[in-house]
Amino acid sequence: MTALILPPGAGADTAERSSPVPWHGMLWVTWRQQRATLVSVPVVLAAAAVLLVIAGVRVRADYGNLILRGDFNNGDWAFAQAMDFLMQVAPVLIGIFAGAPVLARELESGTFRYAWTQGLRRERWVIAKLALLGAFSAVLAGVFGEVFAWFFQPFISAGDTSVTNGLVFDTRPVVFGAWALAAFMIAACSGMLLRRTLPAMAVTLGVYLGLSLLTGSFLRGHYPVSGFWPAQSFECAWLVVLSAALIVVTARLARRRAA
Amino acid sequence: MNVIETTGLGKAYGKSWALRDCKLDIPEGHLAALVGPNGAGKSTLMNMIAGLAVPTEGTVTVLGGYPAGSPRALDSIAFVAQDAPVYQNLSVSDMIHLTRNLNRRFDSDYATARANELAIPLRRKAGKLSRGQQSQVALTLALARKPRLLILDEPLAALDPLARQDFMATVMTAMADNGVSVLLSSHAISDLERFADYLVILSHGALAAAAETDDLLADHRVLTGPADEADRLAQTLTVVQDKRAAAQAHLLVRTADPGDPVPPGWEAHPVTVEELVLAYLRAHRKTPSAERSMVPR
Repeated sequence: MTALILPPGAGADTAERSSPVPWHGMLWVTWRQQRATLVSVPVVLAAAAVLLVIAGVRVRADYGNLILRGDFNNGDWAFAQAMDFLMQVAPVLIGIFAGAPVLARELESGTFRYAWTQGLRRERWVIAKLALLGAFSAVLAGVFGEVFAWFFQPFISAGDTSVTNGLVFDTRPVVFGAWALAAFMIAACSGMLLRRTLPAMAVTLGVYLGLSLLTGSFLRGHYPVSGFWPAQSFECAWLVVLSAALIVVTARLARRRAA
Repeated sequence: MNVIETTGLGKAYGKSWALRDCKLDIPEGHLAALVGPNGAGKSTLMNMIAGLAVPTEGTVTVLGGYPAGSPRALDSIAFVAQDAPVYQNLSVSDMIHLTRNLNRRFDSDYATARANELAIPLRRKAGKLSRGQQSQVALTLALARKPRLLILDEPLAALDPLARQDFMATVMTAMADNGVSVLLSSHAISDLERFADYLVILSHGALAAAAETDDLLADHRVLTGPADEADRLAQTLTVVQDKRAAAQAHLLVRTADPGDPVPPGWEAHPVTVEELVLAYLRAHRKTPSAERSMVPR
């Protein structure tokens, strides 16, 4: 695009028009368009965090700090397991409900014809919007992951913090945030590709489950690093790379296949 | 300067061509009407000019040479798509703010003043506005960008007669005040004959005719005369449409020179815009290959 020869009729305002539309406009645009999601998701997570803190305080009061899993009564252990299951599916839920509609709704309702014919190039529109929302999901998930890790701590027996224990590994802040990011991008990209919200949601579920099963059952066993936190960092790194690649692919799709 | 230039432009969806072999040079300063029946390729052509669709073949440039969809083209073109898409859940003032954030140039005062003039409440959600008001909002947002080319895809289709008049009044005012060039599509030519000073006629994915309205009218006439002489006469003229009644023939012909003599025994009448458009659409439907050669350029 930069190699264009300046056409003869380009006019006198060439210098003025060479300055592109600033990116920061997308901050307000994203906030205003996704306000419902940007408010409701933190509210739901905050409520869940309060619940976890209350439960965590009670468990610590009832059992003390260093009790093995076998000593919990069935109700408490079942509750902890249920919470852990919710944690495992939370990233894909964020993807399905926040990520899939971001582009699919624009394409479904025809508003992309408005959004993508403004002065801001649509690749930038896509990149800015996905990066902002993805970062928001990841940070929010990371913070919530901290709360959950604190809640879940008494339920982990000493030898359980291994890379292969998905119950713990999946829900630790670093990896948990990265999965939320990846799920959001898988969903957003599916939405761009399929141009419909519902199919994009279904595809997101399938792809996410496939990828997380593959990761848990195979990939983690073959990481070039050992130890819990190095493995967390490694997994976070490749998920971030995957997410960045998905943003680029989505922006290209928007460029080539808008109408 | 040509505001729109296409050469050999074509777009295929899968194996079927929505538009093919389109050559256009629309000079600036016109209100160009893009007419043709539904499915003729009007939206396809507009989407490519607006940079939303990538051509399958050929080229399209705007405003004196900028490739469609390039940053500079986007900066100076405003596009209002069919059904004037606006975010249903955003208020009018949100839409104004949104558009300002997505453009380098945006006249918020103009947009707000226009909304007030039209008695459109700024706080009302776009989805709660009437169709006419939604169209006006979309048009206002487009004009507040101070574009040099305004592209309107079927803006009148969903409007009642009064809203149509208001809409076109806004467009004509912008043309007079800011010198914006306009390309406007419609499947009903009667909406546009009063406004359009340039006609682009599309039929079945191909260009049937494109020229200034006055030139087109001057170059065409209807010859009425005895049917038994019509065949012989038709061979010497460029006939767009040939209508025969029992004893009379009506030939809509294209003449190289408006001063050409009328053949003895025949009468010549000027054509109306609607007659002309319909004749080209009919002719093009019947014999597309023969009509190609008749496209006035």
